[in-house]
Amino acid sequence: MKKLLAGITLALSLGSFAFAEEPAKAPAAPGAAVTAQTAATAAPADVTGAAKVATPAPAPAEESKTTIKANPMVTIPIFLAIIGVTMCVVVWSAKRTKSAADFYTAGGGITGTQNGWAIAGDYMSAASFLGISGMISLYGYDGFMYSVGWLVAYITVLLIVAEPCRNAGKFTLGDILSFRTEPKIVRAVCAISVVAVSTFYLTAQMVGAGKLMQLLLGIPYKFAIVGVGILMVGYVVFGGMTATTWVQIIKAGLLMTGAAVLSVLVGIKAGMNPFQFFNDIATNPNIIEHVQKTVLKDPVAVAGFDYGQRFLEPGLFMKNPLDQISLGMALVLGTAGMPHILMRFFTVPTAQAARKSVIVAMFIIGFFYILTTLLGFGAAIHLTPQGISAVDKGGNMAAMMLAQKLGGDISPFLGDLLLAFLCAVAFATILAVVSGLVLAASAAIAHDIYVNVIKDGHADQHEQVMAARITSLCVGAAGILIGIAAEKQNVAHLVALAFAVASSGNLPVIVMSLFWRKFNTAGVVSGLVVGTIASIALVMVSPNMTYPKKVAEDAQKVVVKLEEKQATGAMLTAKEMKDLDKAKADYAKNKDGKSMLGLDKPLITLKNPGIISIPLGFIAAIVGCLAFPSRRSEEMFDEIYVRQNTGIGIAKAVDH
Amino acid sequence: MADKQYDWGAIAKNPKFVELHRKKTTFLVGWWVFSAVFYFLLPIGAAFAPGLFKIKILGRINFGYLFALSQFFVSWGIAIYYAHVANKDFDRLTRELVDEFK
Repeated sequence: MKKLLAGITLALSLGSFAFAEEPAKAPAAPGAAVTAQTAATAAPADVTGAAKVATPAPAPAEESKTTIKANPMVTIPIFLAIIGVTMCVVVWSAKRTKSAADFYTAGGGITGTQNGWAIAGDYMSAASFLGISGMISLYGYDGFMYSVGWLVAYITVLLIVAEPCRNAGKFTLGDILSFRTEPKIVRAVCAISVVAVSTFYLTAQMVGAGKLMQLLLGIPYKFAIVGVGILMVGYVVFGGMTATTWVQIIKAGLLMTGAAVLSVLVGIKAGMNPFQFFNDIATNPNIIEHVQKTVLKDPVAVAGFDYGQRFLEPGLFMKNPLDQISLGMALVLGTAGMPHILMRFFTVPTAQAARKSVIVAMFIIGFFYILTTLLGFGAAIHLTPQGISAVDKGGNMAAMMLAQKLGGDISPFLGDLLLAFLCAVAFATILAVVSGLVLAASAAIAHDIYVNVIKDGHADQHEQVMAARITSLCVGAAGILIGIAAEKQNVAHLVALAFAVASSGNLPVIVMSLFWRKFNTAGVVSGLVVGTIASIALVMVSPNMTYPKKVAEDAQKVVVKLEEKQATGAMLTAKEMKDLDKAKADYAKNKDGKSMLGLDKPLITLKNPGIISIPLGFIAAIVGCLAFPSRRSEEMFDEIYVRQNTGIGIAKAVDH
Repeated sequence: MADKQYDWGAIAKNPKFVELHRKKTTFLVGWWVFSAVFYFLLPIGAAFAPGLFKIKILGRINFGYLFALSQFFVSWGIAIYYAHVANKDFDRLTRELVDEFK
C-alpha cells in the first residue's frame, strides 16, 4: 500500500515535468518579454517639439563585478544558527505531535497573531522578496504594480473563505468539499488537484532554492537541493504543523527585519526625504541610460524626453493589459484556493482567530511590499540597473547586492554581515514555503486518500499519524528528485500555473459548496476537473512554452546582424564571436522543432490563462451540478450554512 | 460525527440566523465587490489611461505611484473595518444564536 501511495505521488509529481520543458533561461528574466517600443508612442505628451534640452550624457555605468559571493566566515555561522534554532523547534514540537490533529493543524492551538505571522511566512516566497525588488530595480513602477495583487488577494481570503473554512473544515480542502457530497469521489479528485497545485509551486521553489544557494554560497546545485530537501522533510515528518508554523514565523520575522534594516539604510542615503528619493531615481544617469537603451531601445535619446521619470511610470515591463488583468484575477481568486493557505485556517481554534490571523498577515505582507519599493528603487540608484542585470538578468540578486553595498559603505564587515543575513533569510524563506507545501500535499494524500477513501475513515490516531509521516517523507523525496531533474528547466511560469489551477479549479467549488444550496458532487467534480485541465491546457498552448521555430528565428536574426557587421570588415569581439557560434548552433538545433504539443507558435497570446479558465471553472461547476441535481446535497445545505456561520458543532468535530 | 443532533433546518429558519445571514451577506459581498473593482482599476488604468498615471502630484511622485500605494491602505482599511463590524455585530449575534441552541 505504501509503495502504491509513493507511486501515486511520483506519478502526479511527474506531471509537472510536462510544464518545465523549456531550456534554461534566467528564471523570470523579464528582459525576454520586452519588445521594442518607441518612446514617442509611449508618451507623446512629454515630447514637446520645442524642447531641445538634451538628456544629460549618461555617465558610463560603473564596471561592476558580475558575481556576488557571500563571505563564508560570516555566512556559515548565521546559517548554522538558523538551522540550530529550527531544529530545536522540531525537537520540541515532535513531542507534542501525537494525534492526526496535532500533525495537520498543531491541534488547533495556534493563536491568531502567530497564525498571521505564519501565513505571511508561508506566502512571501523567495520569488516575491527577491523577484519583486529585482523587477522594480530593472523596470521601476511596473514591479511595484505587480506586487499589489499579492496583498489585495487577502481581501478575498478574509471576506469569503477564512471564517467559513475554519468552521466547516477539519484538516484539508477535501473536508470542506466532501461535507455534503459523495465523499470518496470528491476527496479523490480534490486530492489530485491539491497535489498538482502543490507540486507546481514546490518545483518552482526547489529549483529557485538550488540556484540561489549555488549563486550565493557556491554550493553545487544538487547538494543544495538535497540539503534543503532533507531539512524540509525533517521539519514536516517530525514536527508536523507545529514545527512548520514556527519555521514560518521565524522566517517572517527575519524577512521583515532584513527588509526594514535595508530600507532604513536606503532612506538614510536619501536624507529620509521621499521627494529627494524620487528625485534621485529620476535624475540618476545610469537609470536614464538603462531606460533609454535597454528597456525602450532608443539608440539615440529622443530630445526632451524624460527617461528618468519614465522609470516611475507604468508600461516598461507589462505590455499586455489583458495578461495583467488575467494575472490579477488569478492572484485575487487563486490565493483563496491555495491548499497550503487554506490549511493554515484549521490551525486556529475559532473563526475569530482565523479572521485575526488574516488581518495580521495583511499588515505584514502589505508593509513588506511597500518596503520592496525602497529596496528596488534603492538598488537601481546605488547599484545601477546595468550592474544588477550583469549579475542576474532577472534582477533576482538586487536585494542581496544592495545589502552588501549599503552595509559595505559603512564597514566591509557590516556589508558581509548584511549579505550573509539576507542569504540566511532567503534560505529560511525557501524552507518555510516548501515545508508548508509538503504538508499540504501530504495531508491530501494521507488524510483524504489513504484514511478517508482507502480506509473508509477507519484508522486509529497512531495509524493516521504514521500515514501522514510516511506520505510527507515520500512527497519530500519526490520534491528533491523533481528539483534535481528540473535544474535546467525554466520554472518561473509554474507559480503562475499554480495560481491558475487554484483560482479556476479550487476556488469556484469552495465558494459554491459554502454558499450555493444546489451544489453537489457532480458540480465539485466537473468544476475541479474542467478548471484544472483548462488552466493546464491553456498554459501548454501559451507563450510560456518554448517554440523552437521562434528560438530559431531569433537566433537567425543574431546571425544575420553579426555577419553583416563582419561583412563590413569590422572585427568582432570575442564575446560577439561566441554569440555568433551560439546563435548558429541554436538555429541548427531548433529550426525544425515543434513545441511539446507540436505547435509552431502559441495559440493564445496570454501568459496567464485565468481570464479564460476561471469563468470556465465556474461554468463547469454550475452546469455539472444542474445536470445532476442531488436532493441530499440540498437538504444538507442548512447544516453547512449554519455551521460555517456560527461554528456550532465545530469543537466536537475536531476533538474526536 | 455522532454528536448531539441539531435541527439544522430549524436553526436556518430562526429569525436571528436569518438576520445574521442577511447582514453578513450584504457586508461581505458589498465590500468584496468594492475591493475587486478598486484593485482592477490599477491594471486597467495603467494600460488604458497611462496619461493619468503620469501626472506628477508631489515633486517627482506621480499619480500612478500614489494610486498603487493607496491600494495597500484601502485593503488595510477594509480589513480593519470588517474586524470592527464583525467583532461588534456578527460575533454578538452569533453568540446569542449559539446560546439559544445549546
